[in-house]
Amino acid sequence: MTTFRRILRRKSALLSLIFITIITTAAIIAPLISPFSPNEQFKDGLSLQGAPIAPGGNYLFGTDLLGRDLLSRLIYGARTSLTVGIIANGVAVIVGTTVGIIAGYSKGRVGALMMRFTDLMMAFPALLLAITLAAIFSPSLLIVALVIAMVNWVQIARVVYSQAVSISEREFVTATRGLGATNSRVLTRHILPHLLPTVLVYATLGIATTVLLEATLSFLGIGVRPPTPSWGNIIFENQTYFITAPWLVFIPGTLIILLALSFNLLGDALRDELDPTQRGLS
Amino acid sequence: MIGYLSRRIAQSLLILLGVSFITFLLLYILPADPAVQIAGRSATPETVANIRSQLGLDQPLFIQYFHYMTNLLQGDLGRSYLQKSEVSSLILSRLGPTLTLMLTAIAIELLIGLTLGILAAMNRGKVVDKVLMVLSFISVSAPQFIASILILYIFAVKLGWFPIGGYGTPAHLVLPALTLGLLGSGWYSRVMRSSMLDVLRQDYIRTARAKGAPMLRIIRVHAFKNAIIPIIAMIGLDIGIFMSGIVVVESVFGWPGIGQLAWQAIQRVDIPIIMGVTLVSAIAIVLGNLIADLIAPFVDPRIRVN
Repeated sequence: MTTFRRILRRKSALLSLIFITIITTAAIIAPLISPFSPNEQFKDGLSLQGAPIAPGGNYLFGTDLLGRDLLSRLIYGARTSLTVGIIANGVAVIVGTTVGIIAGYSKGRVGALMMRFTDLMMAFPALLLAITLAAIFSPSLLIVALVIAMVNWVQIARVVYSQAVSISEREFVTATRGLGATNSRVLTRHILPHLLPTVLVYATLGIATTVLLEATLSFLGIGVRPPTPSWGNIIFENQTYFITAPWLVFIPGTLIILLALSFNLLGDALRDELDPTQRGLS
Repeated sequence: MIGYLSRRIAQSLLILLGVSFITFLLLYILPADPAVQIAGRSATPETVANIRSQLGLDQPLFIQYFHYMTNLLQGDLGRSYLQKSEVSSLILSRLGPTLTLMLTAIAIELLIGLTLGILAAMNRGKVVDKVLMVLSFISVSAPQFIASILILYIFAVKLGWFPIGGYGTPAHLVLPALTLGLLGSGWYSRVMRSSMLDVLRQDYIRTARAKGAPMLRIIRVHAFKNAIIPIIAMIGLDIGIFMSGIVVVESVFGWPGIGQLAWQAIQRVDIPIIMGVTLVSAIAIVLGNLIADLIAPFVDPRIRVN
């Protein structure tokens, strides 16, 4: 609890947490707060020349290329972006932690083999691998999340691995094993708890990465498919209008950056507090 | 030393072998039957079977992989059925623009990143440091496509200083290279700052300061060479991020490199080209890391001894 309070005393972390809370709440209660339906095309949503309407007036953030309310699409888009981000990152954290902890504890051949495999995955450029996978499997929301998870677990696996190796060497592990504890008990009851702070830090930082990757995939047209709004595909749909109607790109763009920034700042604050040796260093 | 080098080279070869196997699986096994794709919708089952045996798709998996590897080692990355052209020649023709863009961007990000990192370390805890670190966080949180569009909007559309996109003159190079360089610099400035702080804590720096040497001289003569060591390994790692970044940046700025090639292939679901670019990028990443590791002992004598 005190750690949590210390984190909140940092202005950047507090602001980040507030922003994340606002976006998450908006995403959860989207139907209640969204002024219009996200997919409805309004007759007065386009100017007489057929151009999107600028922010202000009836449509607070203006309308998009099809005359839909941008604010409503952004609120529902937050749902998509956060859902993909959280599922993708959740899977990545679980897979990465499992691989890292087993490889770190078992050492020997199994461990070496698992770590060589993560080295192999490191050799693939994340975005290109995700693009290939997304191109092969025609993407749904879940597939996009799984594709992102498949390229994102590697980092966590490596960090967890190096910590698991050093913890496995400690005396209390030898003592527990000497008392006859099974491997799975040592792993889950004695090693995992020591790794939780690290996992928590990377789980927070990881959401920033997954949100960005989802937005990028959607921007390239192979992520979440329209009409389902996500922050990335709102930009993808409207990019041809960005010279005449820049708000259609820059409002969702700012939201993506702020959300990723918030998770990064919060993750950084967590790392500083949970691992004092890193404080102020990185 | 020789042992270290040969071990690293062997390791890289093994990784490349694994990379080729995964590419092979993704290219030949996962997608819908390539024979059907080539034959088109109106083809008879007989035609499909013919194409399948021509491509060797009716052979056992390991024989297919053997063929794939034999071709790969001869520089044959397969064929794009949609473009009716060899993937390797498509990639080769676009390698020049990509390398130009990459090298310029790396130069920009090192220049900005290292300068700001040192500046932050020298002013640790002060306002300059805090502002710079927030900026570096923004740069790692900004996706390439938003940064590209923003930079394009400000410098090409609003100010009209640079062309909106395309290739040919040095002016065309500025904006895409600046986008990649600015985004990458945040990461470098963070690592440079923490590495510099580490070095500045050392005893020999205190001695130098006690002798009365000015701060800038200490950084330049005593600290810089030691603080730069982690950066070298980072440039190797960075190539992976670059290869991803160029897909977005090249497609936004209309830069005719392999990133744009990949992006065009994505739009047509031309999997052989996407895989070709992925494979080439993976080779670039493995080579980049290998070269960084091979240079490290020359920069850092401690590695030579161990």
